[in-house]
Amino acid sequence: MTSSRETVLNRIRAALKDVPASERPEDVAVDRSYEHVDHAPERERLERFIERVREYKAKVKVTRVEGLAAAIAASCAARNVSRLVVPADLPEGWAPAGVTLIAEPGLSNDELEHSDGVLTACALGISQTGTVVLDSGPGQGRRAISLVPDYHLCVTFQEQVVGLVPEAVVKLQSAAESPDRPITFISGPSATSDIELNRVEGVHGPRTLEVIVVTALDVE
Amino acid sequence: MSREGVPPLPTKRPAMAFEDAARLSLGDTQLRFNMGKATTTIRGKRTKVVDEMPDWEALREAGRAIKDRTLRHLDKYLIQLEESVARVGGKVHWAADAEDANRIVAGLVKSHGAREVVKIKSLTTDEIGLNEALAREGIAAYETDLAELIIQLADERSSHILVPAIHKSRAEIRELFRRTLEGTEGLSDDPKALAAAARTHLRKKFLTVPVAISGVNFGVAETGTVCIVESEGNGRMCLTLPKVLISVMGVEKLIPTWRDLEVYLQLLPRSSTAERMNPYTSFWTGLAPPGDGPDEFHLVLLDDGRTKVLADRIGRQALQCIRCSACLNVCPVYQRTGGHAYNSVYPGPIGAILTPQLVGVENAGSLPYASSLCGYCYEVCPVKINIPEVLLHLRGQVVRKKQESFLGRLSPENVSMQGLAKVFSTPRRYAAMQKLGRLGQKLVVKNGVIDRLPGSLGGWTAVRDVYPVAQQTFREWWAERERTVKPKLPPREETRP
Ligand code: SF4
Repeated sequence: MTSSRETVLNRIRAALKDVPASERPEDVAVDRSYEHVDHAPERERLERFIERVREYKAKVKVTRVEGLAAAIAASCAARNVSRLVVPADLPEGWAPAGVTLIAEPGLSNDELEHSDGVLTACALGISQTGTVVLDSGPGQGRRAISLVPDYHLCVTFQEQVVGLVPEAVVKLQSAAESPDRPITFISGPSATSDIELNRVEGVHGPRTLEVIVVTALDVE
Repeated sequence: MSREGVPPLPTKRPAMAFEDAARLSLGDTQLRFNMGKATTTIRGKRTKVVDEMPDWEALREAGRAIKDRTLRHLDKYLIQLEESVARVGGKVHWAADAEDANRIVAGLVKSHGAREVVKIKSLTTDEIGLNEALAREGIAAYETDLAELIIQLADERSSHILVPAIHKSRAEIRELFRRTLEGTEGLSDDPKALAAAARTHLRKKFLTVPVAISGVNFGVAETGTVCIVESEGNGRMCLTLPKVLISVMGVEKLIPTWRDLEVYLQLLPRSSTAERMNPYTSFWTGLAPPGDGPDEFHLVLLDDGRTKVLADRIGRQALQCIRCSACLNVCPVYQRTGGHAYNSVYPGPIGAILTPQLVGVENAGSLPYASSLCGYCYEVCPVKINIPEVLLHLRGQVVRKKQESFLGRLSPENVSMQGLAKVFSTPRRYAAMQKLGRLGQKLVVKNGVIDRLPGSLGGWTAVRDVYPVAQQTFREWWAERERTVKPKLPPREETRP
């Protein structure tokens, strides 16, 4: 009895009888003359990132590195966060005072569900699309912590923000090759437009996404 | 949850021809209103975010070419994918058809003793009728996308690839939730409140159901990475919380390398929801570290008619489709009839070329005619599928299929078309026929047009008027002019030094 694997592969080979046996995949030309790098000046790139994250109804706050701890604390205070989920390797000095930290690893879904929010770093920001990318790298923790709590506070440094999607994809190649580093692109809070095309935030993921951008540039 | 009485899926013959189903839809004014609003809104937004991209045409061309490369070497890339997925701890299964795939999935679910699964919206699993197959095995499948949940609770079928419940109004959704979900007696019809009710209902499922089932947007041969593109976070929930993850992937969802995603991640969201990027895109390469995802990952590679499409050199390009639904939103036919008229999980222009190829033109012969051939679908398609070309190619096949049978050859349509072919084949016969027509039409011309032709020709004039043969044809005018006017050469222009 032939297995389904053989059946499918044989059918494919029969279907492709018009493809010369000598043809290699590289012989089918792919013209990659699209843009690969954003040539805009750094300030412009950062401003566009901020503007586009905001367009997604995410909150954005800009701070200098000395002000980061205070900015995190202020964001938590403004939302009455008293129980904050944090990854095990949260960078030093980020933990806001007066807030109970619920630290990884080993949090149950129930504990995540009953928290007030989560604080993480990120791998990248993409200016062209207003996206933050998590790749399970430092300060990011596992995927569930940025998913189950209703509020996600995410810190991005200026030097992490790239211009175009292709720049981000190149940087993520090694994460993509590793089973240990699943990747998530986040562009604004969870949303649906399923009911008469009205946009509603927060169906299943966090209802609120807040991004703190750390930069020495004077941007708003 | 069974879906008894639901019209059949495209692996079987559509229950009704497109023109009959379309007539029913056209009578539904609510549906027409909703469809009109939805398609116009998305269309407008899409134009805006596409115009923002200076390299859009280059991206489209690359998107087309990468898929062409993949399809021409599909066997090699599938084997590479299989090796890559195994290397990172996943298990690959091959399914020759829908039954095969359903049996594999049901077997995996049962091997974990599970009676329930959560599902990420997936056209591929709709196509193979997975939910119904699981129901027959006593396994309940819960759709977790808000629109899919609405459709499932209402026991209906999707009317749009992207916004499947677009034909339902908020009042209808409220009534539905009140009837089917616990604790929703005082529910209002505010979309926020409706979404919150669904959130509460589904949270429980995400946290307790042990098996999740998804489709696949892109599978990367080089790394074994699988990609899911979504908005609500229900996808992320299904991919990370349950113990077992089963992803069903049509073999055409393959791309060769990780870097190829730089093309499709730009093309898909803008074409689909008209966003620069959709809220959530997840990528996983085999098994995530313990505690950060399922303990088991299964990838089911599905043929189910796709190799038939692959064998047709013109029709093959339908397999490039990345299911963005841009072609639906611009199609004047789809906009008026809605998705149900196509009687297939793949509606609109892409459905009109994909379904007949998957199930055979003899079973869905009306679909290649469900188009005005205006070409707008080709213009917006992010991977440059020449839909009008495939439609015409399939129409040719439909006609040839009919001519194969004795009755088909004797049908009035075929007889008159064969006659016309004879008339058109020599100028002498054509001119003679025009003279005859001029005499004959005297009986049917009214106010300068023919609005009703007799006999079997009446089908043509039922939906359009025909202009009569002119009193003098161009050829006759030309011949007369040649006889009476001596052509004069125009005066020579002064040539410049
Ligand atoms: S055929 Fe093209 S436009 Fe239509 S859904 Fe597929 S990719 Fe999108």
